[in-house]
Amino acid sequence: MGMTMVQKILAKATGQASVKVNDVVEPKVSLAMSHENGALVINQFSDIYQGTGIEAKVWDPSRIAIIFDHRVPAESSKTAGNQKKIREFVAKQGITKFHDIRGDEGGICHQILPENGYVLPGSVLVGTDSHTTSHGALGAFSFGIGATEMAAVWALGKILNVEVPGTIKVVVNGVLPKYVEPKDIILNLIGKLSAEGANFKVIEFHGETIKKMSTSGRLVLCNMTVEAGATGGIVPPDAETVRYLKQEAGVRNIPELFGPDPDAAYEQVVEIDASKLEPQIAFPHTVDNVKPVGAARGIKIQQIVIGSCTNGRLDDLAIAASILKGKKVARSVRMLVFPASTRIYQQALKKGYVATFMQAGAVVMNSGCGPCLGVHQGALADGDKALATTNRNFKGRMGNPNAEVYLCSAATAAASAITGEITDPRTVSPAPKAKSKAVKPKVKKQKTKTKIVKKPAKKGRK
Amino acid sequence: MGKVVLKLGADISTDIIYPGRFMATVLPTETPQFAFVDDAEFNKKLKAKQIEPGSFIVADKNFGCGSSREQAASCLVGWGLKVIAKNFSRIFLQNSINVGLYMVICPNIEASEGDELAIENNKVVNKTTGKSFDIVPLPQARQAIIDAGGLIPYTKKMIMDGKK
Ligand code: SF4
Repeated sequence: MGMTMVQKILAKATGQASVKVNDVVEPKVSLAMSHENGALVINQFSDIYQGTGIEAKVWDPSRIAIIFDHRVPAESSKTAGNQKKIREFVAKQGITKFHDIRGDEGGICHQILPENGYVLPGSVLVGTDSHTTSHGALGAFSFGIGATEMAAVWALGKILNVEVPGTIKVVVNGVLPKYVEPKDIILNLIGKLSAEGANFKVIEFHGETIKKMSTSGRLVLCNMTVEAGATGGIVPPDAETVRYLKQEAGVRNIPELFGPDPDAAYEQVVEIDASKLEPQIAFPHTVDNVKPVGAARGIKIQQIVIGSCTNGRLDDLAIAASILKGKKVARSVRMLVFPASTRIYQQALKKGYVATFMQAGAVVMNSGCGPCLGVHQGALADGDKALATTNRNFKGRMGNPNAEVYLCSAATAAASAITGEITDPRTVSPAPKAKSKAVKPKVKKQKTKTKIVKKPAKKGRK
Repeated sequence: MGKVVLKLGADISTDIIYPGRFMATVLPTETPQFAFVDDAEFNKKLKAKQIEPGSFIVADKNFGCGSSREQAASCLVGWGLKVIAKNFSRIFLQNSINVGLYMVICPNIEASEGDELAIENNKVVNKTTGKSFDIVPLPQARQAIIDAGGLIPYTKKMIMDGKK
């Protein structure tokens, strides 16, 4: 019997010819990522060594990545103290993949890792963040763990007692209609599987739609697999993976690529016809409470959020800017945009998206987690409804248990910002022609190399 | 023996157990104060020590879904609470084992707030209703960590044994 992607990766990381589902293995870790919760990892790490007489040294300082993103710049002296403690630890241990609060190389961990070439196909990656599933987009087995477990990884360089997970195969075929995004595919899938439908399993993505999808879109899919309970999501690496690694992540030595065996055994196969998909909305307070946008039409929104490790990438900002160009955010709405990394922020500046957002009335915030988890910036009032391109809508998620969070794509968020209520992006009318022509010369659209997935709307669609 | 002090539904997220806005607090000695903090009544009872250590939280499916924050497990350890759920989300389950939260997977559990429960011979016995329910045992590899007293002592031993 052949092996799935994750079986092959775990066999490789344990030096075995093959592994079976439910085998207990201790794979070597290629990269171990933490953010501000590194402060707790440091605490647990020194507890491990306490009283052993052995010096507390991490197994390989070049394989640990620490990115400050959850509370940047620090919202409290407590956070600042944690960040200081981490900085000191990083210096002492010689950790090299450290991204502090900076405008040149900062951002959200799940964007920083891929864009800096830290994620390689076929590797095992763990992170003290549940959305570490994201990096499966580049063909890695990548999953979230707790701080104590990370402390053991820092000590041993391997992860203990991993049961080889079974795999759900998701096949997506067909061309996505205009204004229907990778976010809509994954929301639809989570709705189908339920919030625990993939618990302890890996979701492997296949099909023509995935083959044609940019790495940016694949990151969206894998990012949210954890919302179906999955240990990880994975896209078998291909030509697009190589393009991303070379062109966008500056990787020179790309490891040999491998996919799953043709006769791999899957626990379940789910098929999605992308051409029939509509924009999707996850209603409060669970991510699997998904309905087509029509079911939410007209729900009044007080805050729109575009950003996060899910949908804060350049193509998200491009589509939102194309919808908002020459328009105004409704007076009843506060619109917040936070690019996933400062690199993306700079690209968005060059392309004129930031100007478009600000002229429309949106607030463009620094790169970081910001409003996504309700720790600082963008908290909601009692009774507020937010529409966000983030990945979670749990009670209390945006800082207030008496508010509601709806989830959607960047296109749906931008269209809804204009009307102040949840709106199908396929119904928005284009910017008045004369006006957009007048503005055009200032925006150097053709000059940049980065691929934009969707072009600005020319005509409204009904 | 212990009393059911909180009965919960399915998909209880870590944002409910330990809201993100308190994530800057990380030390297991400091996290208990924020356990279920948005359930003001329950949190108040915990802080007033009106809840006996060894009491049970009983939940439906997918307990602990969402974030990997370990605070959600350590805040319950601090009060000596035990959790029985129909099943647990993966990361929460692993965190619980690692930090020593007493949790039991019991797919058919039936209990109401106030019921007296006991764990006997791989069963949850509801002393109030007289019914008993099978426990799903943990895989052996995980049980080994529990038996060692959590992942820190387990790893410490590996290092001491030179298994590094
Ligand atoms: S953006 Fe939100 S979901 Fe992503 S890592 Fe930050 S807090 Fe987590």
